[in-house]
Amino acid sequence: MSQIPADLKYVSTHEWLRSTADGSLEVGITDHAQDALGDLVFVELPEVGREVTAGEACAVVESVKAASDIYAPVAGRIVAVNPVLIDQPEQVNQDCYGSGWLFRLVPASSAELTALLDAQAYRDLLNQGA
Amino acid sequence: MEPSRNTPSPPLIFEQGAPGRRAYAQAPAATAQWDDLPLHLRRAEPPCLPEVSELQVVRHYTRLSQRNFSIDTQFYPLGSCTMKYNPRACNTLAMLPGFLNRHPLAPAAGGQGFLACLHELQEILQAVTGMQAVSLTPMAGAQGELAGMAMIRAYHRARGDHARTEVLVPDAAHGTNPATAVMCGYTVREIPTDRSGDVDLAALKAALGPQTAAIMLTNPSTLGVFERRITEIAGLVHEAGGLLYYDGANLNAILGQVRPGDMGFDVVHMNLHKTFATPHGGGGPGSGAVGVGERLQPFLPIPYVLREGETYRWAERADCPETIGRLSAFMGNAGVLLRAYVYARLLGAEGMARVGAYATLSANYLLARLTALGYEPAYPGRRASHEFTLSLKELTTRTGITALDVAKRLLDHDFHAPTVYFPQLVPECLLIEPTETESKQDLDRFVAAMASIRDEAVQAPERLREAPHHLPVRRLDEVRAAREPDLRWQRPHATPTDNLA
Amino acid sequence: MPFIPHTADDVQAMLAAIGVPEIASLFDEIPASLRWTRVEGVPPGLPEMAINRLMRERAAKDAADLCFLGAGAYEHHIPAAVWEIATRGEFYSAYTPYQAEASQGTLQLIYEYQSMMTALMAMDISNASLYDGASALAEAVLMALRANRHNDAQRVWMPAAVHPHYRETVRTIVEGQGIELVEVPYDPATGVTLAASLDALPDAAALVVPQPNFFGRLEDIDALTDAARARGALVIALVNPLAMAILKPPGQWGDAAGGGADIACGEGQPLGVPLAGGGPYYGFLCCRREHVRQMPGRIVGRTVDRDGRAGFTLTLQPREQHIRRAKATSNICTNQGLMVTASTIHMALLGAEGLARVALTSHARAHALATQLAALPGVMLRFGGPFFHEFVLVLPRPVAPVLDALAGAGILGGFDLSGTYPELGHALLVCATETRTPADLARYAAALEQILVA
Repeated sequence: MSQIPADLKYVSTHEWLRSTADGSLEVGITDHAQDALGDLVFVELPEVGREVTAGEACAVVESVKAASDIYAPVAGRIVAVNPVLIDQPEQVNQDCYGSGWLFRLVPASSAELTALLDAQAYRDLLNQGA
Repeated sequence: MEPSRNTPSPPLIFEQGAPGRRAYAQAPAATAQWDDLPLHLRRAEPPCLPEVSELQVVRHYTRLSQRNFSIDTQFYPLGSCTMKYNPRACNTLAMLPGFLNRHPLAPAAGGQGFLACLHELQEILQAVTGMQAVSLTPMAGAQGELAGMAMIRAYHRARGDHARTEVLVPDAAHGTNPATAVMCGYTVREIPTDRSGDVDLAALKAALGPQTAAIMLTNPSTLGVFERRITEIAGLVHEAGGLLYYDGANLNAILGQVRPGDMGFDVVHMNLHKTFATPHGGGGPGSGAVGVGERLQPFLPIPYVLREGETYRWAERADCPETIGRLSAFMGNAGVLLRAYVYARLLGAEGMARVGAYATLSANYLLARLTALGYEPAYPGRRASHEFTLSLKELTTRTGITALDVAKRLLDHDFHAPTVYFPQLVPECLLIEPTETESKQDLDRFVAAMASIRDEAVQAPERLREAPHHLPVRRLDEVRAAREPDLRWQRPHATPTDNLA
Repeated sequence: MPFIPHTADDVQAMLAAIGVPEIASLFDEIPASLRWTRVEGVPPGLPEMAINRLMRERAAKDAADLCFLGAGAYEHHIPAAVWEIATRGEFYSAYTPYQAEASQGTLQLIYEYQSMMTALMAMDISNASLYDGASALAEAVLMALRANRHNDAQRVWMPAAVHPHYRETVRTIVEGQGIELVEVPYDPATGVTLAASLDALPDAAALVVPQPNFFGRLEDIDALTDAARARGALVIALVNPLAMAILKPPGQWGDAAGGGADIACGEGQPLGVPLAGGGPYYGFLCCRREHVRQMPGRIVGRTVDRDGRAGFTLTLQPREQHIRRAKATSNICTNQGLMVTASTIHMALLGAEGLARVALTSHARAHALATQLAALPGVMLRFGGPFFHEFVLVLPRPVAPVLDALAGAGILGGFDLSGTYPELGHALLVCATETRTPADLARYAAALEQILVA
């Protein structure tokens, strides 16, 4: 059973969000997603400063035989990307909720945040799919 | 006891050299001067290339060749790839000195024999596809697709119809189809497949509109079944103002039986390295001739061959001002075209009809035998075309053995693996294409291997999961290959040992 | 039945196993109205003996002229071993090496090819080849546009001194994506591209630098590289790979701090591939490490198997169409495996010194020929300055009839430039490689003299 930390928010495309002290949102992929993708070999991250809309493809994670788009969970501006992943994409497999985070963004409005899934809702979503 | 070819890789050719060793017979004498070349344009140090003798080179590459599977040595039931016998005469005759030494820009007057072959090949391909005209210049299937979609784009544009920005592609299509449409500036809309393997007509109707430039179809489809409502589809697409593109990857299934032109297609590409038996060469050269109906004829890529009386010449821009233009520096993969021509002449009309017939017979035979063993067809009740799909989902659920494991174990049985995990919509998919050139004995040997693997999946699944066991290498660490790319050899401590001239 | 092994008994047994009475029943899902009952428009089949005779007669018809034509395809000596080995069935009839365990021969060979090509170009990465030089340039242009993140101009500087067929091919391939090719003029006195000529042009994502250029002239690659970089453009080197045995390779172009060209590409034909009427040849494509994710086409990597032993496999595949589909770097699927096989064997046989000798001898022969021809009355070298193995002559009268007359004397005199570069007048592009002997050169000079005085 995949891990779904209770303190995070989720979207149905298997990204998680964490509120940080500076008001930005940290984004990564869930344990379920990293497990389904298998060993990651490359992560392509967005340019810092880029404006993204909710649901826009803004990063790519690659395994040996597949490449998957990562979608911006909410609209906003990218303010940081995880530099460790350039050389160590395996961090996403090893610690997807910690050192394997992908990028941080400042949301355009707080309104969208209320529409995000909580841990229980995301768990229900996975159970429906299973 | 199973035979093993499990031997260590030969050292790289670079590692077999010694400073100063040469293949002396091959280079001209060192007398030339280069004083007129300014110093800042010259190379300062020679490139690090092997320093080996001629015998070392011959032995090394001969040994490497023996570490390959090939049609000349193994059966390749590789779906979608049509790995049939490549007749040797085709190679010998394409390599006659008169053809081999011909400069691509030499005058047509001195190349009438060569041009006659190409022109006759254009006519033969035109006839078997039911098209109005053919250009042989695209250098591979994907480039044929590019030519086809560029012609469709030029056609709509010439009519001032700029609203057509979308190309429809079934979800089972080859990856090259959507990739090509995007290269031609189109957006792609996927059309789902229905449960019996045909295009979902309701979804197609809903997707068609004034924005539709074309639909790209393979028929029979990549699922190994014939699209039964093709005439209706063609009518719908044409009515909406779109054109139909035929991906000729599966032309072997219907050669001499049905023509894409009669199905309503406006443009086709043919993979001569599949249907016309030219070699795959370890990954090319291919050849992707395109045929077109009347509407697209003005846009054909150049060069192609024209006949005027008894004389042949290249079509120039003046002959076809609306051409989409060139796709290569010269004449595509001309030598491959000569091989395809020889093959077409060896077969003749009767031989072509037999290709589709016997390729289909062999595929349906394998399907029947494998189904009897308990393998599950992805589309039960459908006839196989020249190929068919099995889904190993049930086996995987029951034993944990995947399509990949079965594929790798077949290598141990001295068969090349079928295509696996394509089309992606069939879970644990094996796509199997025997071709018309394999004998019943070989098909039966393959069935026996598949039977033994099915037993092994229950009795010794570990053996399967670890396969192959008898090849030059075992399964490779692809994650390491991608995470720490090692893409070239470099001399450990580069020290120049050569002097120029 | 040619190439079909089924006996009548086999067919009966197979039909019985399927449970149908005849082969035609297997086509019963195809609407009857579509079935083609008789193959028309295809001649009857020939036995091998007859097609043998036909092809030999046709090949014999094709003229075996003494060739001074280059213009992108060059006659060089090819060691006998090259094609003897490349056409071994295990290379010739093998499939793409997707099943790595069954393809170690081809995979190791491509890894060696990548190693040779990166050494020759002084670049970090090489792919496993593309279709030909012209289409490789088109892929290089698309790659540069993706790779240049600092300059989003959908525009590329394309010198007029690049092969006209290459420019046309690039146009055909990139046109659909709305990419603009901005022509960079050549200097009418010297036939090279001047760095200063970029000043008048709008910004672009990349500059194509040919070496040698279509006129055979050597470009000032350092100045062009630095000028492009100063404007935020990437540099695409379009080079003759044989010339790189003696000329500064793309990885070393420009200011040392700049790290050389970003991408190197070109036609691999001079390295062991016969002229063959125009193909199959192969295109090579190399790049700097940081651009590898934007590279189209197959790439082979070395890794280990489960027992820790070295082995080879296709790698970085998610860039490609069979995985990324509409988002792939290119629609390209195949490489030119067989041509790369030949070329790898060719480079191994010649080595660095052999290739340098071929290049220098070609250079020397072309110089000797230029001197002899320019000494004829009314004939001039069009451009001053260094050239590799090709040069532009201006004749005192229209080129086409002169070429016809030379052909009558069994000589392919060169490429008529008056169609593509009318501003050059009666201009002819002439090439000599190491295969032309001093006697060949003298024969050409004598024939041309005779025609011109007539």
